[in-house]
Amino acid sequence: MSYIIESHNLSKVYNPDTIPVYAVNGVDLHIEEGEFTALVGPSGSGKTTLLNLIGGLDYPSSGDVKIDGTDITKMNENKLIDFRLHNIGFVFQAYNLIPVLTAAENIEFVMMMLKKTKQEREQRVKELLAEVGLTDRSKNRPTELSGGQQQRVAVARALASKPRFILADEPTANLDSKSTGNLLDIMAKLNKDDKMTFIFSTHDQRVIDKARRVITLVDGKIVSDEKQP
Amino acid sequence: MRSMVVIGSVAVGLFAGMFMMAFFMGLIKQEISSAVETQLSHIQIHNPAFPDDKEIKDTIANATILMGKLRKDSTVKGLSGRAVTTGMISSSSTAAGVEIHGIIPDDEKNVSSISQQMKQGVYFSGKKNEIVVGEKLAQKLGVKLHSKIVLTFQATTGDLTAGSFRIAGIFRSRNSAFDEMTVFTNFNDLGQLLGTGAGVHEIAIILRDDRNVNSVAGELKKQYPTLLVQTWTELSPEMALVTGIFDQLMYIIIGIILLALMFGIINTMLMAVLERQREFGMLMAIGMNKLKVFFMVVLESIMLTCVGIPAGILLTIGVVNYLAKYGIDMSAFSTALMQYGFSNMVYPELQTSMFLPVTLMTALTAILSAIYPAIKALQFKPAVAIHKI
Repeated sequence: MSYIIESHNLSKVYNPDTIPVYAVNGVDLHIEEGEFTALVGPSGSGKTTLLNLIGGLDYPSSGDVKIDGTDITKMNENKLIDFRLHNIGFVFQAYNLIPVLTAAENIEFVMMMLKKTKQEREQRVKELLAEVGLTDRSKNRPTELSGGQQQRVAVARALASKPRFILADEPTANLDSKSTGNLLDIMAKLNKDDKMTFIFSTHDQRVIDKARRVITLVDGKIVSDEKQP
Repeated sequence: MRSMVVIGSVAVGLFAGMFMMAFFMGLIKQEISSAVETQLSHIQIHNPAFPDDKEIKDTIANATILMGKLRKDSTVKGLSGRAVTTGMISSSSTAAGVEIHGIIPDDEKNVSSISQQMKQGVYFSGKKNEIVVGEKLAQKLGVKLHSKIVLTFQATTGDLTAGSFRIAGIFRSRNSAFDEMTVFTNFNDLGQLLGTGAGVHEIAIILRDDRNVNSVAGELKKQYPTLLVQTWTELSPEMALVTGIFDQLMYIIIGIILLALMFGIINTMLMAVLERQREFGMLMAIGMNKLKVFFMVVLESIMLTCVGIPAGILLTIGVVNYLAKYGIDMSAFSTALMQYGFSNMVYPELQTSMFLPVTLMTALTAILSAIYPAIKALQFKPAVAIHKI
């Protein structure tokens, strides 16, 4: 079987020469296309570090990460940045939108880096804003949007490059329950309709309940990997 | 706010550089014009033997004819034939060495500004044996307006001769050393005492346009090879040297100002980059390559500079034009300034040729200042930077 994401014996060690701290310790992970997976575990269990390694934001101390069969741990920084641009969408806990750009411009920005034509960009921005239910907020800057709306713009931005999968690091941590519900509905719909692969790190039970696969980490190791109906 | 700090730094840096240049330019021009108007004039003609020993017998041959010709020259604004000697001036209490200029007041008014710098009395009333002295000399001699003084000097016969003069006026020029060392009497009065009659030691010429000094002097040198024709820079090479030194000094001072500006911009841009660490982390995470991140920081600095430079130029034009009209009162330093021939009031002068080099230097400084913060931005690790607060 071919996996969209594979990792073998993946480890990230801090202070290897003094007091080694294993943030991720020998993780073997296989994610198929179209999965809706939650990484759960207590604080410090290695969820964010694992997401960073899978997303190519950090290099592992040992092991490998393959995306569609390509080992991204062997890539230099510039290649990795380009790989991320074309293949991976990110949603961050703190939204991380560019404050001086409008919602539409934040989404368009990614496509500008991909050198898409103006027409292509405008069309895609329109589609994405409609998908996340923010068509009427396209000209608003992040400060003029609620937390939930900002996170929906972040999801739209993550989708802008038509990535292979989206990594979301505690995407609902700053949201109220209504906004969390809205966001999860949007992501579940994208997963169902477009077969978009999502991997979350989360503490949020509502997210865990919605996930179809829940991987539990403790001290950097996978202690359980369960599929949910 | 941060952007305003960078724009402000560039504007103030440019203003400081330009203002220093304008200030020094004004100071130098005033010093030159002061020296030209009170002592040197644009061109002086002497008997070649006169300047070294100031022998009173070394007058200019056929001076009256020469002056007549020069008066007809369209480039000449005014000229004055002078009898010049050195001697002692004595009051009832003390004596001092001075250079005595015998002048025709109406002619001298055309080449010297002394007549406009009278603090007391008049610039010759037409009476016999009048003398005009500097304020500093009057103070030194303990004399007042209408006081009697005695001039003692050597006549053509080789004998010492003396004449009694009454102070008709007291002047104060921008140069206190000149005021202390120079006195003016009527040409005929001095000529009689010297025994030179109508003999002229010095012809001082003021031109209509000071840019013609070298060409007119060159022409005169050709026409009168037996006479010594000198421009003000030849008469006072130290002043030409000072002008050159000031030119270099200006660029050194501007360099220091720009160096300070550079550290200001580096500091502000570095703060900006560090404050936006999360933003840079996010940009790199979603796919902005390092070259683009680098140029983003540099471009931001360039754009802020592009706003700061016109602001600085406008500020400079406004301030310098205002001060060129009303002057900068430096009277707190008047004693020191006047010793070197500088005026109490300095009128800064902008030259259009200043704008380009200073603007380019400021722009270059701003761009160079952005490089270190830009390199710093490249060193952020997206995984770490994203989580910075």
